Amino acid sequence: MSTVKARLAPVTGHRLFWPLVMLVVLLVANTVYRPSFLSVELKNGHLYGSLIDIVRLSAPLILVALGMSLVIATGGIDLSVGSVVAVSGAVACLWISEQPDQNSLGGVFTALAIAFGLALVLGVWNGVLVAVIGIQPIIATLILMVAGRGLAQLITSGQIITINSEPYKTIGVGHLLTLPFAIIIALVVAVIVAVLTRRTALGMIIESVGGNAEASRLAGIRSRRITLLVYVVSAACAAIAGFMMTANVSSADGNAAGLWVELDAILAVVIGGTSLAGGRFYLSGTIVGALIIQTLTTSVYAMNIDPQTALLFKAVVVIAVCLIQAPAFRARFRRKRTLAPPPPPAPTAEKQKEQVPA
Amino acid sequence: MTTTPLAVRADRAWWRVPQRHVPVLATFVLLLVMYGVGVAQYRAFSNIQVIFNIFIDNGFLLVVAVGMTFVILTGGIDLSVGSVVAMTAMVSASLLRDGMNPALVLVIALLIGPVLGFAMGCVIHYFDIQPFIVTLAGMFFARGMCTWISSTSIPITDGFWTSAAQERIRLGENFVSVSVLIALAVVAVAAFALAYTRLGRNVYAIGGNPQSALLMGLPVGRTKIAVYTISGLCSAIGGILLSFYTLSGAPLIAIGMELDVIAAVVIGGTLLTGGSGYVFGTVLGVLVLGVIQTLITFDGSLSSWWTKIVIGALLFAFILLQRLVGIRKK
Repeated sequence: MSTVKARLAPVTGHRLFWPLVMLVVLLVANTVYRPSFLSVELKNGHLYGSLIDIVRLSAPLILVALGMSLVIATGGIDLSVGSVVAVSGAVACLWISEQPDQNSLGGVFTALAIAFGLALVLGVWNGVLVAVIGIQPIIATLILMVAGRGLAQLITSGQIITINSEPYKTIGVGHLLTLPFAIIIALVVAVIVAVLTRRTALGMIIESVGGNAEASRLAGIRSRRITLLVYVVSAACAAIAGFMMTANVSSADGNAAGLWVELDAILAVVIGGTSLAGGRFYLSGTIVGALIIQTLTTSVYAMNIDPQTALLFKAVVVIAVCLIQAPAFRARFRRKRTLAPPPPPAPTAEKQKEQVPA
Repeated sequence: MTTTPLAVRADRAWWRVPQRHVPVLATFVLLLVMYGVGVAQYRAFSNIQVIFNIFIDNGFLLVVAVGMTFVILTGGIDLSVGSVVAMTAMVSASLLRDGMNPALVLVIALLIGPVLGFAMGCVIHYFDIQPFIVTLAGMFFARGMCTWISSTSIPITDGFWTSAAQERIRLGENFVSVSVLIALAVVAVAAFALAYTRLGRNVYAIGGNPQSALLMGLPVGRTKIAVYTISGLCSAIGGILLSFYTLSGAPLIAIGMELDVIAAVVIGGTLLTGGSGYVFGTVLGVLVLGVIQTLITFDGSLSSWWTKIVIGALLFAFILLQRLVGIRKK
């Protein structure tokens, strides 16, 4: 980074600047606390280390948050992802647990297909409520958020289903090409979503629906279909995340699986600079947001703080990042600074203003 | 000529209710039907005490739901209520354990919620951040505070608390607890405030259209901050009632309560977009949830998760109803 202020302005003005600063601060704090934090080592052809762990554990959150970004881009919100995580995990584990041979690949793939199919149905349900019936997204998905949890418990009969299936376990803790398998899945999904939205017109269409659904419909975009689609994609991402989470612990708990993941995902999206008002989405920001949340969680565990108390830190980080990104807060802050040296900040302010919508 | 429309209106009045009352009436009918089913199925259900027990078991939920009604009427949402309830109970339990004077504990506990609500309201209004995100942070904060105070549940042995918990107010052969009276008092005050005070009018006006409210010169900012403060106060009262009910403060209590509260408010006929709804509807919504739980308890063979599924189905039905009413209005 250059020390020249003029050259620094575009860097600090970039929307990923503050989230990345936050991530680096968290990593530095961890390294200070535990110098071995940054070391990554190769054991039996697999990479191990705290950094790898953080990325591996954040894989489900990244997936859910990717789907959530698309939903939020259309001006909606999907509160039901946590329930979809629980339902898909429960269905997959239930199916596998009833197989005579839990290690058979066929059984595992059937389980995944059934659970994934059910998740798609749930996604369509959300999509129809929002796009066809026209219910506010927050309420439409609230229905499934409440009922889905019950459904997941119904599927598991209120028990925790434990399975002993190597292929299924691979999804959560396996390795491929030295990297944990979960990271690769998340990466593949992220690349697919990014290519589909940013290398085709789809992303722009989604943003235009979020900007003004009626105007985009008049412009010839089938906005209903797009809205329906994003909820299905969100549910699909949640289902894959559900497989990862249940595979991680080789068991499905209808009550606790994916609890509050919707809140974390929304936070990740918001930290990444996507506005809840819709009309814009930043996939890279979302991924950074998810990494911040997981790093925070992991560091709190590493520092032997009660996981519930960790919520305190989360609250502070959320408010800090949201305030820094809020235009109203920036304006206030900038006005105060402008009072002291009047001439120089004027151009930077203008420049930043240009960059906010970009 | 002039008498005809009047006559028509008078004629319509007795069978056709105003549009804005339809959701509340639907909830009322549903409540009666569910109660009727209960009475028809189980003999013990007709006991008046069953109704009183619903109030006793859901008193704190009722108070919190009343606060949430204010917030939702302005078109906002408050996700922090469950955590604030838990934090209030936790703080009072831990202060009482340290031997503080119960009256002082009560004052401190009742102050925490409104202060947090006020802070959240200020952030929402002055920095223009969505209520969803701000109250989510508030929820994390309050829940974190709970475990920071203590990671295990703290029993309350204080004389004032135990007597408030065990006091039975006789009504003929039946009884209610102190909490029920407090909850009903809160409901009465809130209903009065919404219907007959300037604050209430402002709340409805902002929920209907914030832009118009601002142009009319109504204090939008002050009202917005006020509703979150009110919601915080209601959560604090709810927390005290919960600590009366359980006689302890537990860090993980009331998790997911905000969902029940929002569900109760929506089932009670309040529009989540704001501007339309009644405290009375919220009371009915809470009662519907209470009757569902009681029915499932009476049945015995149904598991607890059916409660969630039924609440989800009811939410769906009521939102659909609101939607239909809305379409007809157009």
